[in-house]
Amino acid sequence: MGVPIKVTVNGRQYEAEVDPRMLLVHFLRDVLDLTGTHVGCDTSSCGACTVILNGKAVKSCTLLAVQADGAEILTVEGLEQNGKLHPIQEGFREEHGLQCGFCTPGMIMTAYDLLQRNPNPSEAEIRHALEGNFCRCTGYQNIVKAVQYAAAKMSS
Amino acid sequence: MTTYVGKPVRRVEDHRFITGRGRYVDDIKLPGMVYAYIVRSPYAHAKIVSIDTSQASTAPGVIAVLTGKDLEADGIGGLPCGWQVNFRDGTQMKEPRHPVIAVDKVRHVGEPVAVIIAETREQAKDAAELLTIEYEELPAVVDPQKAVEDGAPLVHDDAPRNLAFDWEIGDKAKTEAAFQEADRIVELELENQRLVPNAIEPRAAIGDYNPGTDHTTLYTTSQNPHLIRLLLCAFVMGLPEHKVRVVSPDVGGGFGSKIFHYNEEVIVTWAARKLKRPVKWTAERSESFVSDRHGRDHRTKVQLALKNDGTFLGLKVQTYANLGAYLSTFAPAIPTYLYGTLLQGVYTTPAIYCEVYGVFTHTVPVDAYRGAGRPEATYLLERIVDLAARELNMDPADIRKKNFIPPFDGIEQPGYQTQVALQYDSGNYEAALNRLLEMANYSEWRRKQQELRSQGRYIGLGLAAYIEACGIAPSAVVGALGARAGLYDSATVRVHPTGKVSVYVGVHAHGQGHETTFAQIVADKLGIALEDVEIVHGDTAEIPFGMGTYGSRSLAVGGSAMVRALDKILEKATKIAAHLLEAPESDLEFREGKWYVKGTEKSISFPEVALAAYVPHNYPPDLEPGLEAESFYDPKNFTFPFGAHLAVVEVDPETGEVKLLDYYAVDDFGNVVNPLVVEGQVHGGIVQGVGQALYEEARYDENGQLLTGTFLEYAMPRADEFPMFKVDHTVTPCPHNPLGAKGAGETGTIAATAAVANAVADALQPFGVKHVPMPMTPQRVWTAIQASQQVS
Repeated sequence: MGVPIKVTVNGRQYEAEVDPRMLLVHFLRDVLDLTGTHVGCDTSSCGACTVILNGKAVKSCTLLAVQADGAEILTVEGLEQNGKLHPIQEGFREEHGLQCGFCTPGMIMTAYDLLQRNPNPSEAEIRHALEGNFCRCTGYQNIVKAVQYAAAKMSS
Repeated sequence: MTTYVGKPVRRVEDHRFITGRGRYVDDIKLPGMVYAYIVRSPYAHAKIVSIDTSQASTAPGVIAVLTGKDLEADGIGGLPCGWQVNFRDGTQMKEPRHPVIAVDKVRHVGEPVAVIIAETREQAKDAAELLTIEYEELPAVVDPQKAVEDGAPLVHDDAPRNLAFDWEIGDKAKTEAAFQEADRIVELELENQRLVPNAIEPRAAIGDYNPGTDHTTLYTTSQNPHLIRLLLCAFVMGLPEHKVRVVSPDVGGGFGSKIFHYNEEVIVTWAARKLKRPVKWTAERSESFVSDRHGRDHRTKVQLALKNDGTFLGLKVQTYANLGAYLSTFAPAIPTYLYGTLLQGVYTTPAIYCEVYGVFTHTVPVDAYRGAGRPEATYLLERIVDLAARELNMDPADIRKKNFIPPFDGIEQPGYQTQVALQYDSGNYEAALNRLLEMANYSEWRRKQQELRSQGRYIGLGLAAYIEACGIAPSAVVGALGARAGLYDSATVRVHPTGKVSVYVGVHAHGQGHETTFAQIVADKLGIALEDVEIVHGDTAEIPFGMGTYGSRSLAVGGSAMVRALDKILEKATKIAAHLLEAPESDLEFREGKWYVKGTEKSISFPEVALAAYVPHNYPPDLEPGLEAESFYDPKNFTFPFGAHLAVVEVDPETGEVKLLDYYAVDDFGNVVNPLVVEGQVHGGIVQGVGQALYEEARYDENGQLLTGTFLEYAMPRADEFPMFKVDHTVTPCPHNPLGAKGAGETGTIAATAAVANAVADALQPFGVKHVPMPMTPQRVWTAIQASQQVS
């Protein structure tokens, strides 16, 4: 039996009937075709599925789609505005903050959450904020630099 | 002059990834697609008594429930092994059948037992609950040293003592003689623990069959689509290769684990053909833990014979390599030809002998994982060298310098012939170490270490000087060593009439950045803009037959193939240019994308020549139209990157916690195309290497249950555990490939594990601790300190 939900994703309103057990990440990927949000684990450990829900970073594999009823969600697809990259996206490119790209959307959304709360984070604060997101490629160093790049750009 | 090569060009592939528009296998949705759920063995060793599919088959949405018997009935074979390593006495390697789906017996937790295919992922999973499988549990063995003992449970009835092979390299008699003459012998028993590669993208596969054309497409998370197609068609399913296309689109990291031909690739292909609907399977992470091939898992005894002045005289190594329950695609090569052959390291040790036992156990198969054999060799070598330095009261840097192979460029001075078969191409090992010591201000760290010790703080410095072998080749040689594949690579350069260029490469990028780095080379070579070049990879319908990406081979082998193809393009284009400029070829010079008649301003551009090749109205009489060239490149030798790393750690003796304070790396990859990309490779490798040293371990209990089967138990390295690394390079070009490049993908994992292990041992020297087993968790470090204190 489907449960009706209404959500706003990247500024667009959606209404859908979903299986009560459907995870939010599967709703985004399978129903809305927003495949930028990835699934990297089944224990809410890796952070590849991180999205912004009502202004806060959440792991979308840890929420049911029905729990998002009425929520406003921002995914990686919603960051670019009028063909212009968000400074965090730009930072990832400029600082080579990604290799295979799989963890990248989750990293970017976690960084978005951090910079919203703390526009001028220290290196230690950035590393602490990212510790719930796994990257197997970059060694994290250039991800930290990407966030520093974005922080500098956003505060200037 | 170069416009792009050698510069930190920002990656062209990034845009799709940072905007969420990458296209990974699990992102692909085909019309009519159904979902496979794989039911896996909960036992390490058991007889399958019966499988009752009746209830599951009638569950909502279920289309099929398939078992190993169905697969066999359809004539599907076992998974092949791509490398044969025979016993020392010449007996053939034991190569038991590796079933795609188990039929009468299971041999590791996670082995596929049945497949449920349903309209949705959830329906398939629900139906799995209704499947009744009766097992009769049998005793299991997980430790490779116990597995060879008399009376140990046998993984395969036809492999006595659970041995797949035993193998040796080096001169045993000469090494024994060296040990007789030695002033002292330093020895150590160590374990190179089992790791799970854990690319962040879980494996996935989609089979798609078109009954109209009899074409089959397999989308798979693979590092080498052509190899998968060859194995799938010729060895497993008996399909005509020209009717099968394998696509590896964006792949979210591999680290070796996506080289191999996997059960699930066969399952979705077979099921899609059977059901005539696209079939998708995507691993859940806990499924990845028990089905992705694991890495490392060696038990080793190492002995170093030396003079009291620190000169190395001989090295003896005995290793039990855990291969898991079946031989994975390249498994036999990893603990042999990619391990024993690296035991010369960067030292002049005149006598080396190594013997390796390849052992079956009731665990997930083990195969190549980033570094593959070379981190294992480096770990034992660099640990024993450090122990020797400690016994002789020498600084670890000094004992290394005393034994380094002197510099050689491979041109003026010949390559260095090792005691263990390889001939190094070029090297300057002391230069790399000197640069490292200078960059790290090593002597200042040593001073600080003493100062802090007097304050009760325990800092450790760990060096690792390493060598790597990349771009395994030439094919004839690796064939003689047991490889059942060639190890060349290929590229096709297609110049379009407007002068834009598509390059189709046989290597595959899953994070390495080939779409940028290869394009840098093309753009410079043809004198065109980077944005006028596209690098295409990963689709057997588009690219020439290539061997894919692993062993840091892409640039040295695939890049060299591309350079050769570009040379052919320029050769032909120059003929066209000469005709159009009405000048002999010898009067032309090509620079920055234009052919000039020497000494004049008369010129013609690359796009003009390209257009003439496709609109050949005014054209050289005997020349074919078109501008496209292909090259297959089989290297003359391996390439041998090297370097030296320094880890600085602090150990808290109260808690056993190890903190990485600083990390320095000096690597020599030969010529570098994109320093930004290369540094990224180094950073990532260091974190994986440190992960092995401090955090990661795939641990089984004695019944063969994986105790670290999710990210909650398997400790992945995290952002807050690392300082900013300081990295630098020396440049010693490879003398035998056109790029002078050596490869940069694995050095971090090769050096960092040993460097950190040495650093922890160095920190604990005041406590008399000689060695801490990996991963060096707080508990293990604390226990080592306590044990040592009790002794003293």
